[in-house]
Amino acid sequence: MYRYDAIDKEFLTDRSNEFRHQVGRRLAGELSEDQFKPLRLMNGLYLQLHAYMLRVCIPYGTLNVAQVRRLAWIARTYDKGYGHFTTRQNIQFHWIKLRDAPDILDALAEVDLHAIQTSGNCIRNTTSDPRAGATAEEIDDPRVWSEVIRQWSTLHPEFSYLPRKFKIAVTASAKDRTAARVHDIGLALRRGRDGTLGFEVMVGGGMGRTPFIGQTIKEFLPATRLLSYLEAVLRVYNRAGRRDNIYKARIKILVSSLGAEEFGRQVEEEWAQIDAARADLPDTELARIRAAFIQPGLEVLPAVSDSYEAARAANPALARFARNNVSAHKALGYAIVDVSLKAHDATPGDANSDQLDAIADLAERFSLGDIRVTHEQNLVLPHVKQSDLPALFEGLVAVGLATPNINLVSDIIACPGLDYCALANARAIPVAQSIAQRFLDADRAELVGELKIKISGCINACGHHHVGHIGILGVDKKGEEYYQLTLGGSGAEDASIGKILGPGLNADQVAPAVDRLVEVYLAERQGEERFLDTYRRIGMTPFKEAVYVDAH
Amino acid sequence: MSTLIKFTAGGATEVDNGFVYVIDGEPVPQGADIIVSLGRIKAEGEALLASGVRVGVQIEPAEAVEDLAELLPRLALVALAFPKFRDGRAYTSATLLRQRLGYSGEVRAVGDVLREQAYVMTRCGIDAFVPADGSSADEWARSAGHFRHVYQTAADGRTPAYAEPGRR
Repeated sequence: MYRYDAIDKEFLTDRSNEFRHQVGRRLAGELSEDQFKPLRLMNGLYLQLHAYMLRVCIPYGTLNVAQVRRLAWIARTYDKGYGHFTTRQNIQFHWIKLRDAPDILDALAEVDLHAIQTSGNCIRNTTSDPRAGATAEEIDDPRVWSEVIRQWSTLHPEFSYLPRKFKIAVTASAKDRTAARVHDIGLALRRGRDGTLGFEVMVGGGMGRTPFIGQTIKEFLPATRLLSYLEAVLRVYNRAGRRDNIYKARIKILVSSLGAEEFGRQVEEEWAQIDAARADLPDTELARIRAAFIQPGLEVLPAVSDSYEAARAANPALARFARNNVSAHKALGYAIVDVSLKAHDATPGDANSDQLDAIADLAERFSLGDIRVTHEQNLVLPHVKQSDLPALFEGLVAVGLATPNINLVSDIIACPGLDYCALANARAIPVAQSIAQRFLDADRAELVGELKIKISGCINACGHHHVGHIGILGVDKKGEEYYQLTLGGSGAEDASIGKILGPGLNADQVAPAVDRLVEVYLAERQGEERFLDTYRRIGMTPFKEAVYVDAH
Repeated sequence: MSTLIKFTAGGATEVDNGFVYVIDGEPVPQGADIIVSLGRIKAEGEALLASGVRVGVQIEPAEAVEDLAELLPRLALVALAFPKFRDGRAYTSATLLRQRLGYSGEVRAVGDVLREQAYVMTRCGIDAFVPADGSSADEWARSAGHFRHVYQTAADGRTPAYAEPGRR
């Protein structure tokens, strides 16, 4: 991962000291809550239903062993012994005391972590591919460009008080694991005809109460011109984005009202006036950042590990885990391992301190010390020798982290919902658990195959329900929790917004409804079709009829 | 008279805010240095600038600072209004004044101007502040200069981290 130098470390120290000073002023009554709010938010501190919540930034989802151990320690020392990984590849602690926050930030800074810009109307943590540097699919390592953006956007003076929050994703493979098309800016690495590196730039994607798929405003931006172009996009948005209505303040609304073509034209006009020599990084700095990513020491191994093959043949549980959670690595003899945080009785995305410590130990032994967080609220060990897979599997089993359900029906994204969040209308976690419970039969879940269920406890859509193959939105109807189902969404390279299935269901009806949707799919699917493909081919009607059959 | 904090090469100092903001439609006070709106300078610019007093213009967040381009050499200052500290449009205005329009005179922050914003304001090229929170010049300077390193180029011309000799 990216190696911090003295400058990066001093920056975090300064930031932590500044926040300690601000908290002191707040506790002394020198700052009102209204004045303090944007300051704490820019340090990731929210006031929730029961306590403060601290959202710690995990830059583009990459962690090392020391960092994971520190997160475990923070959860144990200052929280109730667990943390919650988010759809932004960050981690949240939900039971924080304001007076502890400065000490926590100091403890984070010691391992090069922070909570800068994990909230507030500023540029947030850049989303990237959790398989970066490990997959053969990528055109270039997206972490390099994510780090370029991290540095540029950190306390950017012109763009710290935007109309609304701003999220950027960098993807580098044909298979998009970043949900780039539902970000304010999605950057897809491309190779030009002359072999040079560039980005397809998509803007105006987003979820919330008005979901949009991002639209391409530049087919090929030379990679070396990235920062000046981002400056142009952000400047047009900072000036023209709406500030009169929080629900219309995201860039998606501006792009939609101007039209992508006109928005792109304004960006080009602005870009042409920016001094590239000032705004773009020199090649030497790009090379320095690239070199600051420590390359894992991969060994030359045979393509197949005989001991692994034998263990898999002998152990059906390992075989199942391998089918669902293990993927090809770019290097022969290695594998990428997804670690599911979606055990059927767990809160999606939660990990307790013991599990975090275990992950750190396992990563140290088996994954070259590298750990990733996915936007689907799971973890990835990116560099595992095939011959180590049986031992790693046993290690994961021991701490309840070997659930073999990646991309399956129980691998559900859910926001914290009404159990924690002050904004929520309905609970999300128990609904996710009820669905997971219903699909406990692992053979059946594998038979169903890829099915992405995403649950949000309110219209703000933190659970990405708009882009779930099956989306579930919690709504409040006269004081009762109801759930609206949508079908056909996708946050991947084939991005689309789901369509509403029908009238809302109560909490008990959701899991049975999902079951009926699955039955329709299994009856109708052709060949290798996923649930999403079948829905796209046959449309809403058969699914709707199955769920609402009792209403006729 | 409200306090004005001025940043100069010699440091931050508190000085008297010698300018009177003249509300649109009100008569211009005799002999006083004035700040007027963009609309007024467009309508009455020649007369105001010929009257022998120093003239500044206040830009509201929704106004385009580029509209001042031709007048800039004759202005004593440009005031940028922050009706709410959360409204960040003036940061773009300040940046463009410095980087694009080449303005080197005083750029003054007025309105909901709080010490916690001193850092971003200074980095965008704002060099005079009418604080709304009673901050002293020392407090303001400490807040503005808190960070030993900056990651990006901006209108203040500070050397970004990548150009520091110690970058590894």
